[in-house]
This record gives sequence, C-alpha cells and structure tokens, in this order.
Amino acid sequence: MTIVGVLYVILAAMLVWSIIHGQKVIRTERTDAVFGNPIRTMGGWHWVICGVSSLMLFWLTFSWDAGKAFFPEAANELCQVAKLNRAVKPIRSAYPLDNRYLLSTRLLERDFRQIDLLYVRLSGADFNSDDREELNDIINLMRDALAAQADSKFISPDTEGRFKEIADRINRVADDLLDEGYPGPADPKLLEEALAQPGWGESSTEIPPLPKSDRGRGFDAAAVVMEQIAKDYGKIRNDSPHITSMIEEIKSRIDGFVIDDSGSEHTIERRAELLKQIEKISKRVDDLKIFPAQITDEVEAALINLENAMDTRQGPLKMVDTWAMPGGSILAGNNACSEQGSGRWLPKPSDTLATFLHMANPDQGYKGFPLLWFKMKPVAEMVGFLTPNWITVLIPGEHARHNDLGQIEPSFKDKVYNIATGNFNSFSIPVPTGHIWDSIMRVLAGLFLGILLGVPLGIFMGLSRFVKGFFDPLIELYRPIPPLAWAPLILTIFGIQDDGKIFLLFMVAFAIMVISARTGATGTQLSKIHAAHSLGASNRQIIRQVILPNSLPEILTGIRISIGVCWGTLVAAEMLAGTTGIGFVENVARKQSDYEIIWMTIIVMGLLGLIFDMIMRFVIDKAIPWRGKG
Amino acid sequence: MSNLVATNLDMVFSLPDETAVHALEDVNFTLKKGELLAVLGPSGCGKTTLLNIIAGFLHPTGGSITLGGNIIEKPGVDRGMVFQQGALFEWLTVADNVNFGLRMKNAEQSEIVERVEEWLEIVGLQGFGDTPTYQLSGGMQQRVALARCLINNPDLILMDEPLGALDALTREKMQSLVLKIWKETGKTIMIITHSVEEALLLGERLFVMAPRPGRLHKEYRLPFSEMGLTGDPREIKNDDKFVETREEILEMIWNMEEEIMGKVESN
Ligand SMILES: Nc1ncnc2c1ncn2[C@@H]1O[C@H](COP(=O)(O)OP(=O)(O)OP(=O)(O)O)[C@@H](O)[C@H]1O
Ligand SMILES: [Mg+2]
Repeated sequence: MTIVGVLYVILAAMLVWSIIHGQKVIRTERTDAVFGNPIRTMGGWHWVICGVSSLMLFWLTFSWDAGKAFFPEAANELCQVAKLNRAVKPIRSAYPLDNRYLLSTRLLERDFRQIDLLYVRLSGADFNSDDREELNDIINLMRDALAAQADSKFISPDTEGRFKEIADRINRVADDLLDEGYPGPADPKLLEEALAQPGWGESSTEIPPLPKSDRGRGFDAAAVVMEQIAKDYGKIRNDSPHITSMIEEIKSRIDGFVIDDSGSEHTIERRAELLKQIEKISKRVDDLKIFPAQITDEVEAALINLENAMDTRQGPLKMVDTWAMPGGSILAGNNACSEQGSGRWLPKPSDTLATFLHMANPDQGYKGFPLLWFKMKPVAEMVGFLTPNWITVLIPGEHARHNDLGQIEPSFKDKVYNIATGNFNSFSIPVPTGHIWDSIMRVLAGLFLGILLGVPLGIFMGLSRFVKGFFDPLIELYRPIPPLAWAPLILTIFGIQDDGKIFLLFMVAFAIMVISARTGATGTQLSKIHAAHSLGASNRQIIRQVILPNSLPEILTGIRISIGVCWGTLVAAEMLAGTTGIGFVENVARKQSDYEIIWMTIIVMGLLGLIFDMIMRFVIDKAIPWRGKG
Repeated sequence: MSNLVATNLDMVFSLPDETAVHALEDVNFTLKKGELLAVLGPSGCGKTTLLNIIAGFLHPTGGSITLGGNIIEKPGVDRGMVFQQGALFEWLTVADNVNFGLRMKNAEQSEIVERVEEWLEIVGLQGFGDTPTYQLSGGMQQRVALARCLINNPDLILMDEPLGALDALTREKMQSLVLKIWKETGKTIMIITHSVEEALLLGERLFVMAPRPGRLHKEYRLPFSEMGLTGDPREIKNDDKFVETREEILEMIWNMEEEIMGKVESN
C-alpha cells in the first residue's frame, strides 16, 4: 500500500475516533454548562480533528487519490472498458438505452414536423393554382415516403437480414466477453510493451492505454470488433424498391418544377426559397435511416445482452469504478483515456504536494523565482536604501576635488555620501525572497501604512468635530467602492509592481482602520475621561493614556479584518498584473489550466490567511485580556 | 481658606428641539474646609449636574462657583472625583490605576512606588498592586477608585453615588472607610447618595434638593458622622433622633416624587 493508502486508513480511524470521543464529551457537556454559555465552545479539539480528517478524506476520495492508492491498476482496466463503451456508442445511441426514444422515432417526428411546416408555408406563398397543386403533391409524396419507411410491410428482406446479422455479431462479442479465455494468450511483445507503460498519473498520458491484464485485453479486443460492427451498422439503409421508386419520383418532380417568373422580384425570390426548402427536406427523406420499430428489437436485445456481459466480465471492477472514482469515470478518447469528472478538476493531494515540493525547491521555483527562500544581500545596499541621500547636504564641508597629481582624497562629506548611497564594502546577510514573501510583504506594508495613518485620523475624527466633518465625505465616499475597482487606475498611476499594490492595500486598510479607531474613540466612557481630567491629565495624555488603550479592542479587530480583506485584494491585484506573488502564480497556472498549481496556490493562500488570523487572535487575547469582562 | 462658595448658581440645558431643562436654579451655599456634605434628592433634581459644575466638567449658565476664591473653569487636580461605577482604566493594573495622577505629573518613580503602597494599605488592598482591575470585585474596584483620587491629595473630594452599586455589607465597610479617611486627612468631601440612611450617617451637613427646577430645599446639620467615628453604626441607626430625621426626610422626598408624578399626569 502506498503512503496515500496508509494516510487514508489513518484518517478514517481518526474520524471514527473523534466522533466516538466527541459523543463521550457531549454526554458530560450536559452537566457542565447550559446552552448559550460560551464556555460550551471552548476546547473541542477532537472536533477539529473530526473536521480536518473529514475534509482530507473527502479530498482524497473525490480526487480519486484514494482510488489510485488502493487500485493502481483499475484505471488501465477501466480504460479498456471505456474503449468498448466508446465503440458501441454509435449503435447504442440509436436505441432507447442511452436515449429516451428510438432514433427512427426521433427522425420521423422531426421530419413530419418539417413537412407540416412546408404545408403552412405553401399556403402562405404566392403561386398560381397549378404550381400550388404540383408542390402540394410533391409534399404529399414526401410524407408517404416517410410513412413507408416506418411500415414493416415495405422492408426488404435484405435489410431485415442485415439487422439480424448485426444482432448476431453483437451477441457473439457478448459471448466472447463471457469467456475468460478470450482473446487467447497475449502476444508477449505487446504485453511487454503494455507492462512497460508508465503507471496511472505518472506521465503526461494520464492513464496507460494499452491493456495490461487479461480482462483488459478482453475488452480491448472486443472494442476492435465492435468498432467494425458499428461501422457496418451505420451503412444500413431502408432501401426497398417501393421506397426507392417513391424517392425517384419526388426527385424528378422537384427537378421538373419551373418557377413561375411573373410578379415582383421579391415574390420570385420567395418562390425559389420555398422550393429550396422542399428540396432540403426531400434530401432528409432520402437518408433512408428510418426503420420499422419491430425490426430493431433484436439488436436492442443484443445490446442489453452485451451490457450484461460487460458487467459480468468487469466483476469487482464495477464496484471500484463506483467507490474509487466517485463523481465521474474514465473516458476513452481517440487514442488515449482520461479522467472525467471530479477526478479531473480536483487534483490529487499527492500530486498537489509533489507540485508544491517541486516549486518549493528554490532552484526550481515558479517562472524563475522561488516560492519562499532567502538570498544573500550586502548590508551596504540596505543601508543605502534606508538612508536618505540628502543627509549629506547637512554635513559641513565640501566634496573633494582632484589635486595636481590627479588624486582624489575623499572628504568626510564624501564618506557620508558613500554610506548614504550604499557605496561601501560590507558583508552580506540572508534576506527572505520569493513569491510568498513578496505577497506577505505587500500585505504588511499596506497594512502598516494603513494603521500608521488610519488610527490617528480615526481617533481625531472621534474627538474633533472639524476633523470628523472634513474627512467623513472623503472616507465614506471611497470606502464602499470595492478595492479592485480602483485597481486599474492605481496600477496605472503607481505602476504594476510593489508601489501600486501597496497603495491599493493601504487604501483598503486605511478605511477600515479609520472606522474602527473612530468607533473605539467615540466609545470611550465619559466617566473615564472625566476621571482622567480630574487626575490632572493633559489633552495629549488623555489621548495616549485613556482613549488609545480604550480603543485597542476595536483597533485590533480592525487590524484583523484588514488583514483578511488586504490578503484577498492583494491576490486579486496580483492576478491583474505583476510578475511575482502568489496571485501571479495562480494567474499563470490558470492560463495554462494547471489545476495542481491552482489548487496549491489556493491552499497556500488559505494557510497563510489562517496563520495571520491565528497570530491576530493570539495578540488580541494577550493585548486586551479585559475584553468582555468589564 | 479653601472654601467652596456657590452664588446664585443657575444651570439651563438647551435641548436640540429648542426646549430647555432647568437643572439648577439659584443655588447658594458655602462649604468650609474639612466639612463633609451629603446631598440627597429625588432622581433628576440636579445632583450630578451640581457635582459636574464643581468638578469643572460643566459651566453654569448663571452665577458663579469658587474654590478658595478662584473661579472654577475647568477640571483640576484640586478636586478629586469618585464615580458610581469606579470608572477604572481596565487596561491598567491596580497600582497603575492608583498612580495614574502621579504619572500624569511625571513624579519620581521612587515616590510613586512609596505612595501607592501607602494608599493601597489605607484602602485595604495590600498585595493587589499587580492585579488587573477587571479581576476585582465591585467593592474592591471602588476602593481602588478612592485611592486613585486621594493619592493626588485634592482639596475637595466629589463622590457621585460611590457606594450605590455595592451590597449592604460592603457598603457599611466602605462608609466607615470614608469616615476614617475624612477624619484622618481632614479633607472636604461632598457625597451624593440615594440612601437617606447613608446621607445621615456620613453627612456632617446634609442638603436635600428639590426638582424642577433643581434647588436646595432644606439643610441639616447632623451629629451622626462624629458619632460614627467612634460608635457602632448599627446603634446610631436606632438612635431616636436618627430615626426621626430619617422619617422626616423620607416623607419630604416622597412628597416631592408625588408632586412630580402629579405634574406629569396633569401635563
Ligand atoms: N447633558 C444634558 N443635557 C440635557 N439635559 C440634561 C443633561 N444632563 C442632565 N440633564 C437634565 O438635568 C436634570 C438633572 O439631571 P442630573 O443628572 O443632575 O440629575 P440627578 O439628580 O443626578 O439624578 P439621579 O439621581 O437620577 O442621578 C435632569 O432633568 C436631566 O434630564
Ligand atoms: Mg446623578
């Protein structure tokens, strides 16, 4: 059994255990708290296990990863079954097995409807009475020819024989399938070739197409025979002399009809058009694909016989198909088989993990950039980035000039300038880099700016009538606009790289932080502010020591919400434009329909969001322990 | 000579709908240094309004109020406040609440520690310095509020129903504590209460206020606070004079409430 198989069994055991354990806890819960008491939601990590293992089991099952682990050869065998299904499909679809009605019934119904329409059109068209009568006769004839095809009186013995032959041949295939020995010993060379194929999901041809097992070879051989039968079936025509003579007459009378060219150009055109319609329907009548219902009975019985034989020969494979490949099955194409249904669009956890590990390898990465890694960066570069160059202006003295010997003796000012521009030798330190890191840094930078500007503004809006009145329209007008609506504009102004995205996230975080800080500030109890005043606090001290800490719960909740919204906005913005970031990865994968990478990025985003939120929850618990206890 | 003098105090609240509430009308009194004044009155008679004016949170619309000769214009450290619910800063520990005033004027760290210890002992909270305030009981919270106010050494202590939310037993203990502090520090104290017994027990002077408009209705001078410093409060409550005064005041307030109801009904 593979790792996935072992994991599946462990998960199933965990699921069962957690439910049993949970039942026990529920029994004690009845005594320890009443309904509605929040204590009842505390603990309960066994339900976390229950939830996680159900989710994993669901994923493993519906991505067919479990099926692949337990029945690695099933796909190859089901591929052969699919080949036979594909071969028999053209015949089956003419019978009320896959469809509601017989093909003949459907054709007859359609053609009669068209002919009825022709009568209506004729009565509305502008013909002289002779022409009208002639056309009416032709349509009547077409009608009769159709009815004759459905009539068992007119079927030729030859056609009848052909149906019988097809039924016999299908029955023979069914009998062959039931014979375990069919189609005889395998050709060793073919078998070797088949066994040498890569396994299920191991190469780009998802499922090995050549039959490996005896059962597989049985279906494969039957499929080849069946293809020929289907071809021959398609050639059968209901061409008894009675019917063909009727068709001949229709043709000659249509050919002999001359359009009366009196009247306006438009009228003549309409007449020609109707004649064309009649000709078109007459070609359908000429298809000769309609047969009396009774004559098809034998073939239908043979098809059912074949279906039963296929079920018998498949045996346990049928169960495997249902249980190991739920939500779809394996389908045969022209020269390959593929997974259809949930197995196709829901990537297997093992494949997703493999993709992740492959991309997590810093030498691989995605589009030449690692997911999350570090690179060595000289300290000088960072110092140069962080120190503004204008501080050299503040240094007294002059920049150096060369002397007569052409030597340049750097002054103190030059040295400062070199440091400010990062132009000096230094050691390197590791700095994180990669798609994930870029995304995280954008979120943190936007969030940081949003908090830095939003919290003070929010607090002042909660304290001053002027600040509130002045900034309220600005914030309330832009806040309800979905951030992505801004994206095209902002990305144009600030560029598609970090600046634009950080500004976008700043806008998101800023509005949320302003509103939460303002709510916190206005929610300060008056008696606390009064107390602080009588204790001698100045206005600044009241803001710092009373209003700010009092707003902390709202501010932290605001940060928690901001992180979530920023994360969502960022990923969408990265999908719009840019060359790095987790959203960029998903966008490229989307264009290439690479479901494994899409799935992987979704999971990475989810996990990162979860980690952010857990950090915030921890911070909130630590920073405002008094919450809800006042 | 830091007397509190109110002359012709008037307070009218103008409401947004153009009507006006006459919360105080022509209030005159002088509170001498070291006096303990209790204020009683039916709900809505302007007690809190009066206290807020003295504290400097409100400006009277007429008349003037001075403390030690200076007109009261804004809140200040010379007037300490104790509120009904404590109004503690729940993000700070007991010690940080108590030393809030000292920190605001950047006192020396050593002085802060020393004074906090001292005051925690006076209010009976030794060892609770590092406890977060949300973990304290109501009575303990009120003692922290008292210590926080007193550590600033204000001339005048203003209390707005400080013991209203406490159970009977804790309340009695707190009453003795207030009396003890009053005696030991000699501070001027003004205490608003809804309990006639409490007003009688604590007040050296007692104002009964009447509503609509709020005004001073009657003033008493009482001996019970002096007695309470030495005697057993339960015995004092059985004193004939105590019972007599209590009934008289209850009757008075009852009549005021009746009158209000009558007014409301006739409207
Ligand atoms: N800010 C305000 N705006 C308008 N009216 C006010 C305001 N504050 C108080 N009032 C009114 O002034 C009157 C006195 O209020 P105040 O709070 O002083 O009463 P109180 O005696 O403290 O009552 P209680 O015993 O219920 O606390 C009341 O009628 C009240 O409605
Ligand atoms: Mg009041």
